[in-house]
Amino acid sequence: MSVRRVTGLETEFGISVPGDPGANPVLLSAQVVNAYAAPAAGTMSKALRARWDYEDEAPLRDARGFEVDRARAHPSQLTDGRGDAARARSGGRRSAPNASDVVAAETDDPTMANVILTNGARFYVDHAHPEYSSPEVLTPRDAVRWDKAGERIVLEALRRVGATPGLAAVTIYKNNTDGKGASYGTHENYLMDRATPFADVVRHLTPFFVSRQVVAGAGRVGLGQDSATAGFQVSQRADFFEVEVGLETTMKRPIINTRDEPHATADKYRRLHVIIGDATMCEVATLLKVGTTSLVLDALEAGALDAGPAAGLLLAEPVRALHEVSHDPSLTHLVRLRDGRRLTAVQLQWAYFEAAAAFVADRTGADTDADTREVLERWESVLTRLERDPFLCARELDWVAKLRLLEAYRSRDGLAWDHARLQAVDLQWSDVRPEKGLHHKLAQRGEVETLVAEEHVRHAVDHPPEDTRAYFRGECLARYGPRVAAASWDSVIFDVAGRGALQRVPTLEPLRGTREHVGALLDRCTTAEELVAALTGG
Amino acid sequence: MPGHEQQRPSRREDEPDETPVVPAQATARTADTDADVDSLLDEIDEVLESNSEEFVRGFVQKGGQ
Repeated sequence: MSVRRVTGLETEFGISVPGDPGANPVLLSAQVVNAYAAPAAGTMSKALRARWDYEDEAPLRDARGFEVDRARAHPSQLTDGRGDAARARSGGRRSAPNASDVVAAETDDPTMANVILTNGARFYVDHAHPEYSSPEVLTPRDAVRWDKAGERIVLEALRRVGATPGLAAVTIYKNNTDGKGASYGTHENYLMDRATPFADVVRHLTPFFVSRQVVAGAGRVGLGQDSATAGFQVSQRADFFEVEVGLETTMKRPIINTRDEPHATADKYRRLHVIIGDATMCEVATLLKVGTTSLVLDALEAGALDAGPAAGLLLAEPVRALHEVSHDPSLTHLVRLRDGRRLTAVQLQWAYFEAAAAFVADRTGADTDADTREVLERWESVLTRLERDPFLCARELDWVAKLRLLEAYRSRDGLAWDHARLQAVDLQWSDVRPEKGLHHKLAQRGEVETLVAEEHVRHAVDHPPEDTRAYFRGECLARYGPRVAAASWDSVIFDVAGRGALQRVPTLEPLRGTREHVGALLDRCTTAEELVAALTGG
Repeated sequence: MPGHEQQRPSRREDEPDETPVVPAQATARTADTDADVDSLLDEIDEVLESNSEEFVRGFVQKGGQ
């Protein structure tokens, strides 16, 4: 009964060239990824050019129990490297990769720019954005730590592009919309028990996600997808969600995404793919986003939400409620339930808090681990203050901290909500550069709380978490990089001397391949050949 | 859900609080003084894009996931 759960965060970053809004974002993103991948002097990560292994990817499999026909899918849904470019490169086959595939992937096609990092993360071009997919972590604090490491990696890539003659200097933002109709995602992935019926996931998580934004929203200037109406709202993403449940991620976005691609043993696990969250700069907001969701999932899997305070919270109109909650930073809007009750978003969150707290007290009581206690205490504290006065959370939550800044500007300069300076504050909030980013400025002044020590973030740039399979992936790249032909969430593929075919090591159990599990083995094997021999019994 | 304050579990009352994680300054700093805000905005003025209209207009993205 704990927040401990295999989790990964994916962030698509906004990217642009000042003064050149027409610059090709796919090429810019590829330049950023490739800049990080290139061997560099200095101390940053040794990024190695192993190819991504798409063998086990199935983006069209639906958690409700069917698979969408590829021919009927939108091209943006084909995220498994089997698009036209990939097919042309592999001559139409889909089989074990070889070394020439690796080279071709990185040089010919900017949409395929990809690097797997020694910290276990994937850094690549997704659609028209650079994306950092964190390694699998086990605690909310580690989710924050490797998420922050991703910001540093993107920053380093930006610096390298800026220092490269002939390349335009890019700016990069950890946000989710341009305010002009486009949105790009920050996804959370939680490993779940396959036995939990998906219908229960939908029923319990919908009210939770509709209300979670009051804690985890990043704040946004402008109402409506294209900011047609002036004003401030709690969430970056809310206006881009149009349906309750579905497989899509790039259009008709659903509150509950049904992609069923576990990247793990499929009959044991599902991977809950959460697409509704905002990218958050505030460490406490990220901790609570992941931590509260993990706790709710734990209670859900145990059936502990079927009775008690969070039972029967069915919303009358979830999508409408999502938008209305976001459009009400006073947090007084009443959401209508199917049984006729009307609750604020904070009251909905209280119901989940109480259910989770009672569940933890019942199951682990005084033995509850420190990570779980931290999440419960912070969740309770934040909800208490949000109810009293949201500005009391200005040190911890993005949307409140951003709103505090915006209101200060409005007050000092007499600005209406449609003033460009306020939109600039919104945008610059998430600039990844410490000298330009406004969250960075507040952090430098000690006006937002940080959780992870600087040296721990720096270490996480190059090193994987030790308590998930990310350890095996990251350490293989660090130790045997030139011999790693490809890797993915659930595999590492070696190209070793003396063996004709590539050697694929599946890593389908996310809690194996930890330091405890393979650390001694890796220490014993000084070469990839020795490792493969040890793993295959000679 | 009025009255939830009474329903909240008192699970921690008899437990040692080893990890006091909610910082005291979380509430202490929230009442901004004018001087605090002035100094903050002065610092942000320094880094905020001066031509905000052009800056905002120039940030155009393609949709993603």
